[in-house]
Amino acid sequence: MAHKLPRKSTHIDMTAMCDVAFLLLTFFMLATKFKPDEPVVVKTPSSISDIIMPENSILLTVDPQGKVFFDYDNKKAKKILIDEISKAKGLNLTPEQQASFVNGASFGLPFNQMKAYLDVEPMEQRTYAFTGIPIDTSFVAETNELGYWIQAARSAGQTEGHPPRICIKCDGSTVYPQVKNVIRTLTKNGIDRFNLLTSLEAIPEGTEAYEENKKAN
Amino acid sequence: MAEIQEKSGGKGGKKGKKLSTRIDLTPMVDLGFLLITFFIFTTTMAKPKTMEINMPVDKPNLTDLEKNKVKDYTAMTILLSKEHRVYYYTGIADDPMNPPDVKVTYFQNKNGIRDAVIALKKRVYEERNNGAPGHNPTDEPVILIKPAENSEYTDMVNILDEMQINGITTYALIDITSVDKDFITATEAANAGATQ
Repeated sequence: MAHKLPRKSTHIDMTAMCDVAFLLLTFFMLATKFKPDEPVVVKTPSSISDIIMPENSILLTVDPQGKVFFDYDNKKAKKILIDEISKAKGLNLTPEQQASFVNGASFGLPFNQMKAYLDVEPMEQRTYAFTGIPIDTSFVAETNELGYWIQAARSAGQTEGHPPRICIKCDGSTVYPQVKNVIRTLTKNGIDRFNLLTSLEAIPEGTEAYEENKKAN
Repeated sequence: MAEIQEKSGGKGGKKGKKLSTRIDLTPMVDLGFLLITFFIFTTTMAKPKTMEINMPVDKPNLTDLEKNKVKDYTAMTILLSKEHRVYYYTGIADDPMNPPDVKVTYFQNKNGIRDAVIALKKRVYEERNNGAPGHNPTDEPVILIKPAENSEYTDMVNILDEMQINGITTYALIDITSVDKDFITATEAANAGATQ
């Protein structure tokens, strides 16, 4: 104990930690996919199902008035799709208009108004007066535009290599006939299995699902 | 800035004092981790949850065929109507001379449609083993869901959710028939008379 220990500073060099923090931050920022812009506010009903929405899915949003919006979570397939639609419906969309569709959010207009909509600036597209994709009660893809969208999107997904699954996001207060038209369009086009977006709620105690869930955990 | 000036002022006159170039990075690290936490949470929360649904195959003759397969004692029909009302009856009700006993209830945890579904399941499980003609130990309760025009999407999701909650494996979402609509009107009229 001849001499005192040299007093050490309690300061730690934070530079390294700071580097790590910001590296992670950058990673998460780039990896995060934010909720896509939605043209309408839709409040989904709740259920106990906790199946996560599949990747590369077609999302059909139905608002309280029954207007239907189309979105496809696969940009490559969306590109094939818009090219196909542009040709098949004789819309003659320019490459810029096609890009606007691919990068845009949900779309809910008849084919004949598509060109005008795609010329609008992306910021203003959100507030566009959408009328919904028309559904007609014959349910054949020729006259039922929603049916055509679904058929075309499925074949585009097939070409791209990821066959899509269909998800319906519908507002809880939409009257059933409107929902039925959408579902009927799907079944008439040979889609019998699809997903309904719901918000998660707790399983009520004492029920069969509750017991099973308890066993599983 | 203020700190630096104070220090240099303290030495009085001696200018050009070597200042430490070190900055305390602790607040910056705090901020970094705070943002990371935020991004982690938003990424996992953004994935929406879904419920899977299988529709009966859409072929014109299939509904009649399927109907014949359903045994009377296993069947229950649930009709969804306005103001989240639920009408239900057991049996296939194909005999116009003998209309089913239609009851009305709501979606609720106790004494609602759930109890009716549980009761049906319990009864089917008891009766399927009693050896009566047509009763088979593998029989399952069959529920036909028919939403009326004035029901809402919430009702449809709720009833499908009930199927899952109560472990009903055989159910179908089908169109309401005029017979079923008559059942609703008749029950409504009877209930209105009872309350007066």
